[in-house]
Amino acid sequence: MSSETMSLFPPRLAARLDALVARYPVRRSALIPMLLYAQDEIGYLSDAVVAEVASRIGITELEVRNVASYYSMLRFKPAGRYNVQVCTNVSCMLRGAYEVYERFQEELGIGDKGVTEDRMFSLEEVECIGACCWAPAIQVNYDYVEELQPDHVPGIVAHYRGKTPGKWKAPHA
Amino acid sequence: MPRLVSHPDEVKIVSRRFGKGAAQIDRYLELGGYASVRKCLEQGPDWIVNEMKASGLRGRGGAGFPAGMKWSFVPRQSAKPKYVLVNGDESEPGTCKDHLIFLHDPHAVIEGTIIAGLAIGAKLGFIYLRGEYRYLLKIMEKAVADAYERGFLGKGIFFSKTDFDIVTHTGAGAYEVGEESALMESLEGKRGVPRIKPPFPAVVGLYGGPTVINNVETIATVPHVIEMGGAAYANVGSPRNGGTRLFSISGHVERPGVYELPMGYNLKKMIYEVAGGVRGGRKLKAVIPGGSSTPVLLPEEIDIGMDFDQVGKAGSMLGSGGVVVLDDRTCIVEFALRTISFYQHESCGWCIPCREGTDWLKKSLTRFHAGFGTAKDIDNIQYLAENMMGRTFCPLGDAAAMPMLGFVKKFRKEFEEHLNGKACPFAKHLDLVVV
Repeated sequence: MSSETMSLFPPRLAARLDALVARYPVRRSALIPMLLYAQDEIGYLSDAVVAEVASRIGITELEVRNVASYYSMLRFKPAGRYNVQVCTNVSCMLRGAYEVYERFQEELGIGDKGVTEDRMFSLEEVECIGACCWAPAIQVNYDYVEELQPDHVPGIVAHYRGKTPGKWKAPHA
Repeated sequence: MPRLVSHPDEVKIVSRRFGKGAAQIDRYLELGGYASVRKCLEQGPDWIVNEMKASGLRGRGGAGFPAGMKWSFVPRQSAKPKYVLVNGDESEPGTCKDHLIFLHDPHAVIEGTIIAGLAIGAKLGFIYLRGEYRYLLKIMEKAVADAYERGFLGKGIFFSKTDFDIVTHTGAGAYEVGEESALMESLEGKRGVPRIKPPFPAVVGLYGGPTVINNVETIATVPHVIEMGGAAYANVGSPRNGGTRLFSISGHVERPGVYELPMGYNLKKMIYEVAGGVRGGRKLKAVIPGGSSTPVLLPEEIDIGMDFDQVGKAGSMLGSGGVVVLDDRTCIVEFALRTISFYQHESCGWCIPCREGTDWLKKSLTRFHAGFGTAKDIDNIQYLAENMMGRTFCPLGDAAAMPMLGFVKKFRKEFEEHLNGKACPFAKHLDLVVV
């Protein structure tokens, strides 16, 4: 166990997770959403998160890890505050996703699954995010940003670095 | 916000309420919503299943199995509870139609789920959304909460004696989970590994109970089938392919977007008229007709009607309706490599032909595209793909192998142009490495 202790989740999340378990005929069905919501709060699936989720569901920590390792959105290491996920699958690739991805690498100075030193950004090349007709598209955490051009990248980075509320919008869009 | 498109040839049935604020329950009611489910409560399960059978509505997820038939397989009497499971794990590359349904018409998904529940005698439905669709999950959750508040869900729905509940559920990133048995595993809190079939979900499904699993588009179409009448819906499409379909047109076209067109609509017309033709007036090189798992079509092969049977006859599949258009500057080897990289990443590893096959195909194509391929590699790619076909528990193995066979067979010359240390004739992304 890490230094994080028993009261791991803030009360609002804890209440939400209690309610989540009650929605299903079988408790274990809450496992994957619970891991994702916990990750949203803590940033990653720390040892303490795994332990708490295991006890909430009533399965072993090993079982939790076994399931969690299957799902690409779940991670065992911290990401940046803004996790930039660039889709490079076919529809996005055809419309310049790799150019966008390369521009993010230059702009942030990190590669795939890298995290900037100030922990503000992380970068990930991801598979199809279901925005093929609005390609190339990315997600910054859960925000979709569509119809991107490489030249949009510095603006996007500045937008999130400046903690501007809401999601970035293309100029003249 | 994803851009909405429109074309005069469209027949808007499922997309009728797109862009009209129907995510708000009052607006949905104003636009005729929740009338079909009331009608179904009066008419009963047999009537619903018959209308669905008459509609010819075939599963919009990709397999094209008739929805009415699927529903009729669920046993009337069951010791275990029955369930409806809506598959919103939309992840077939090239497909983004369910995205728009969740965004613009969440109540149609709810209404369709209730109707499916009435038809099979289920009291509980699940709507599973892929993890990336968090903003859409919020929209669905709000819609479900509003429906509860109005008494459309819960105990005694619409003042009847019938109870029906809906639970929304999020995944956490997995293409494989779009396969129906893997979807059930995932909803049960496990790794998304497929189950051995039979038994089929209609008999032994979620938590061991009989389960109907339908794609989001199929479910969202159900209220419209009831409203129009099954026969009238069937008439919109081509023979044995009822109704319309949401086609996601992407890639090198002037106006990419999701268009609702009658089943059997001509593919050439779809590309050149509806989507405005190839971008920048360039030449067409190839078309993927139904998501990245479907075999490629050449420009001379696209004068066909887009329905399950006609695309099948042309040697490909209608799949999920994701039409990906490639212009003459696209490197097919690179495209094949990117495609196989995806399937290699998404293979769950359960069946050896899929786990090993996708891995070897990716390795071969990576080396090949980098200019280190040999003539034997081309045959080897084909050999590997052929030996994956039909040898896995779920269709992911086929989904990975089929497009590879198509590329190698139809673009062999282009593969040969990459041989013996020659650089890619398209000279792009030579260092393409996908993790």
